[in-house]
Amino acid sequence: MPDRQMSRRLWLGASSALLTTHWAEVLDAQEHAHEAMRSVKPVSLSTLNAEEAKEIEAIASQIIPSDGSPGAREAGVIYFIDRALATFDQDKRALYTRGLDETQSKRAELFPGSKSIAALRADEQIRLLHDIEKTEFFEQVRTHCILGFFGNPSYGGNRDQVGWKLIGFEDRFQFEPPFGYYDGPGKPEREP
Amino acid sequence: MKQYRPSEEVDFLIIGAGAAGSIMAEELSSAGFSVVVLEQGPYLREKDFQHDEIKYTRLSAMTNNLKRQPHTYRKSDAETAKVPGQKVVQYGRQVGGGSVHFTANYWRLWESDFKQRSKWGGVAGTSLADWPITYAELEPYYTKAEEELGISGLAGANPFEAWRSKPYPLPPLPVKSSGVIFERATKKLGLHPFPAPMAILSQPYRGRGACAHCGFCEYFGCEVRAKSSTLATVIPLAERTGRCEIRPDSYTRKIEVGANGRVTGAVYFDAQRREVFQRAKAVVVCANGSETPRLLLMSKSSRFPQGLSNVNGLVGKHLMFDAGFGAFGVFEHPLNEFKSVQTTRVIHDFYEPDPKRGFHGGGGIDARFDFYPASFALSGLPKDAPRWGSEWKSMVARNFTRTLTLLAHATCLPQERNTISLDPEVKDAWGLPATRVTFDFHADDVRTMKFLLDRQVEILQAAGALKFWPDPADESLLPHNHLLGTCRMGDDSKTSVVDRYHRAHDVPNLFLVDGSSLVTACCQPTCTIQALAYRAADHIASEARKASI
Repeated sequence: MPDRQMSRRLWLGASSALLTTHWAEVLDAQEHAHEAMRSVKPVSLSTLNAEEAKEIEAIASQIIPSDGSPGAREAGVIYFIDRALATFDQDKRALYTRGLDETQSKRAELFPGSKSIAALRADEQIRLLHDIEKTEFFEQVRTHCILGFFGNPSYGGNRDQVGWKLIGFEDRFQFEPPFGYYDGPGKPEREP
Repeated sequence: MKQYRPSEEVDFLIIGAGAAGSIMAEELSSAGFSVVVLEQGPYLREKDFQHDEIKYTRLSAMTNNLKRQPHTYRKSDAETAKVPGQKVVQYGRQVGGGSVHFTANYWRLWESDFKQRSKWGGVAGTSLADWPITYAELEPYYTKAEEELGISGLAGANPFEAWRSKPYPLPPLPVKSSGVIFERATKKLGLHPFPAPMAILSQPYRGRGACAHCGFCEYFGCEVRAKSSTLATVIPLAERTGRCEIRPDSYTRKIEVGANGRVTGAVYFDAQRREVFQRAKAVVVCANGSETPRLLLMSKSSRFPQGLSNVNGLVGKHLMFDAGFGAFGVFEHPLNEFKSVQTTRVIHDFYEPDPKRGFHGGGGIDARFDFYPASFALSGLPKDAPRWGSEWKSMVARNFTRTLTLLAHATCLPQERNTISLDPEVKDAWGLPATRVTFDFHADDVRTMKFLLDRQVEILQAAGALKFWPDPADESLLPHNHLLGTCRMGDDSKTSVVDRYHRAHDVPNLFLVDGSSLVTACCQPTCTIQALAYRAADHIASEARKASI
């Protein structure tokens, strides 16, 4: 991230006379940890079996579709969900098992003869999700998808920060004004 | 750092190293007394803090964890309290307490806040009362807190502000797009916006660097010590005296009382869950408006069978929260509100109660952004927007940088029925009784919040927002942050728990100094809690010197 290094140097230069060394040390340590965090990419599943993972990923990829920009699939959301169920959301494991069973029954009812959620056409998957979108299971998968897509990459999702890039969020340790359009100079004639 | 043996009788044992406790520790140790501070949570340093939304907003890394320390909640005595799905009581749980993760709003109370009962009369169903002290008595300590801790703001910019003896030590932080939009809209409506007073450094101050505008203030610890938390300010000063020991991971379960009715120290669980008794000449409880009454109620003895210093039964009563709804607006161009401090502009035009409104209450409104990427994607879109799929995704992508929040901070009236008590069934991971919260807003609180919400919507309209929408008022009526009023101060020992100097009416060497002392609640309490702590410390130190504790 050369732009960050540059702006940081400028910042340090501008106010170095008044800076405590502590500040700079902390910033260095933080940036180091930060870079290290970006490289974390789990590639194996620990809680979900391959079949479950495939089905849940099919649901996730309709919640956050890959429609011209990366979606849940490219972000590795399924690895986030797998890790969450193995760690801080262990108590949600039963909800996943039960919810997936019920969703399979609903699939069989809506699309007789179909084999799996993953094997449905996209429009069928969307139809299925509309059918279950008021359930606790769907709400939980939605929450996990969003946390996995927009949360810290260290949790296994948001690979290459695709979630942050999508919305224009930058995880930096320093910004300078103007921050946005309306606090910039020379914009007073543009009433919001 | 100085270390004391538990068998040593220290001058002061302080329970809780938060916004108030850290100030007590620094002031009393600087005055020459020996001090031990017991803190439930860990001693985190700046290097431990991260930009990690999930860790701090979902996994309670710096606040009480509902899994290890459950609490229960009910609206009234008629119900059985249950563990809620999300926290009703939230507090900072590490050295520095809530001052580490707070948004850093730093508002003084108004002069009239201290005399609401005399000025406006009583309100049915409430215990609205005057404070035993006046603004004038607290003003020097407001000034002291602003100077010692480092507050940024512009004196005189708020035409309604109470008089002050000194300006803020630091100029305001740079205005954000939300602040510019808010300022134009409120001026158009004839209102009086002013730069938000913040406990965040706009310039280097006393060895700390200025804010770098990273945007991670609310819920997060500041990696560069620009937020004026007690961790970054007074804790290092307390340790430097050589007389103060901060003892983290020390969870107090009982304050002990001797045969003479004086407290003798406290029993706590250390990090290995061993019980330790620390002896002390006096105890100062600064554990917050929920943990302080809980600890007193857990400290039953033959002398105090209802709990320590609870002869009149008022410990835990009059619980008050920060009340107020949000309203949201989307604008044409990027605001990039994820950058810099949460809030840069505020209005106080509707702060004071006005009998013409037909109810008692008022509040301030600020322009801010209350979201981080995941929380925005979860709940930042208009209520009529899709919740998943392609259209949802493109709306999240477009709106994240273009959305702002107007948030109200409103009166919450004191009611005796709103309480912190001990749950008869649920225990925490240490086997201690869980906190039971019994709370429902007063009808006037709800009317105040709705009144302010209408004003928030008017401002968004005047601002030319492309789209705006209010919080669904009735669904989001859960209490949340700021735990106040549960050991209220007063001159009359029949109607209050502590006196005007925070000394427990029933126990001469016990002091309670935190949000629990507040008699009324409006808006942002941290500034007042810390001014009270400086004032209490001054008095307690002089009493101790005279040997009258």
